[in-house]
Amino acid sequence: MEELLKTPLHAKQQELKTKNVSFCGWDMPIQFDGIIAEHGYCRNDVALFDTSHMGEFFFKGDIKNSGINEATSVNIDALDIGKCKYGFLLNEQGGVMDDLIIYRLSEDELMIVVNAATRENDFTTINSRINHAILEDRSMEYAKLDVQGPNSKKILEKYFGTTLDELAFFSFAQTKVFDSDCLLSRTGYTGELGYELYVDNTTSVKLWDALIADGVKPAGLGARDILRLEMGYSLYGNDLSEDITPLEANLGKFVNLKRDYVGKAALEKQKEDGLQRILLPFKTTTRRSARKDFEVYQNDKKVGFVTSGAFSPILNVGVGLAMIDIDGFDKEQSIELRDKRSSIEANIASLPFIQNK
Amino acid sequence: MKKYNEEHEWVEMDGDIATVGISAYAVEQLGDITFIELPEVESEVSMGDSTAFVESVKAASDIYTPISGEVCEVNESLLDEPEVLNEDAQGTFIFKLKISNADELNSLMSEDEYKNFVDSL
Repeated sequence: MEELLKTPLHAKQQELKTKNVSFCGWDMPIQFDGIIAEHGYCRNDVALFDTSHMGEFFFKGDIKNSGINEATSVNIDALDIGKCKYGFLLNEQGGVMDDLIIYRLSEDELMIVVNAATRENDFTTINSRINHAILEDRSMEYAKLDVQGPNSKKILEKYFGTTLDELAFFSFAQTKVFDSDCLLSRTGYTGELGYELYVDNTTSVKLWDALIADGVKPAGLGARDILRLEMGYSLYGNDLSEDITPLEANLGKFVNLKRDYVGKAALEKQKEDGLQRILLPFKTTTRRSARKDFEVYQNDKKVGFVTSGAFSPILNVGVGLAMIDIDGFDKEQSIELRDKRSSIEANIASLPFIQNK
Repeated sequence: MKKYNEEHEWVEMDGDIATVGISAYAVEQLGDITFIELPEVESEVSMGDSTAFVESVKAASDIYTPISGEVCEVNESLLDEPEVLNEDAQGTFIFKLKISNADELNSLMSEDEYKNFVDSL
């Protein structure tokens, strides 16, 4: 059996009460104190996530002429230095190979952050779409810590001071912590005020120790999944895949169809032809939750399948996303989420599931 | 004195009334419990039947009755607060049965036998 990769924080995490799981080839904590407790720390206070398994590529070259501006849906030329943007790496059919965030470090330098599961394929693909430029996969040199929650800014002030005051959402600062470089961005996957910190492996251990000593609670992948789903954020591999386009994923607002990039032609055609199916949010009517691959029925007719589902400790019902066939579907009518054993009543909802975020 | 089955359910007898719950090991494996479905009072169940059902943050799981009988009481407070099972599994009952066959108890594990069983997993 292939050995699992470990982040630089693995040993530190093992010193705490933790339950680990194999995730995309990495040995990651699914929980520390408990999934619902950790969800609460993030929503009410501040929580610390180790997301070092994600990938970081560094690009250097001419933004306008190297092909990088057409390699993904992100218009880097229009992105200011110090800003980052969410977008997609698409195949020629408009299917999502990965969702990613591109950071404009300087006139000709970028950091591209990708998912662990697709990192190698992403690198090969982006590299094949550029010329006269340098692309390096430096994922193994970087650790990433997410500090998320209403008290996240207060906690980080000790280390970053007034730098935090100037940081707007989807902006970042290239700064220092413990005398080492730190890219600090105001981004996150939870819907709370929060920051993502990119540091080298050695510094990540110092930072983890310091934040834990400050009283920040560690949180794992289990809580992370509930937090993102309460916001309706997609997860690659569940709600996004090579068979799903951003339009079908109801993420059309993140793709500009007026400029050219790989996959755009297919999206344009899909828009013209009209979508056959679309990702919709749902809420169950009880404490029951549906999971990925539950089938969706309306009036005893199969209309789709669940891509993500979880129990929301705030709403006390199940929330999730489902890919629904549009033809004949009535958004106002209730649906049933079925697996071999159960049939769960639900209704189409609107995002975000939770308010004031 | 609790007796256990291999599905991590426990039973405690008082006359011919069996009180049934799930073990601390079971809730540890399940993680935070978010939903429970309880049996109907007066329903008849046989040893090994799926009698209740739980959903946790990680998985969905049937709860099998360790003993046959007629359901005479269910713990309705769990419907709104299933997480109580995570806080105190050994001290929280799920349902009670009026048992039909006391011999079935002989096939269950004692506290020590169950502890050894869990250690072997």
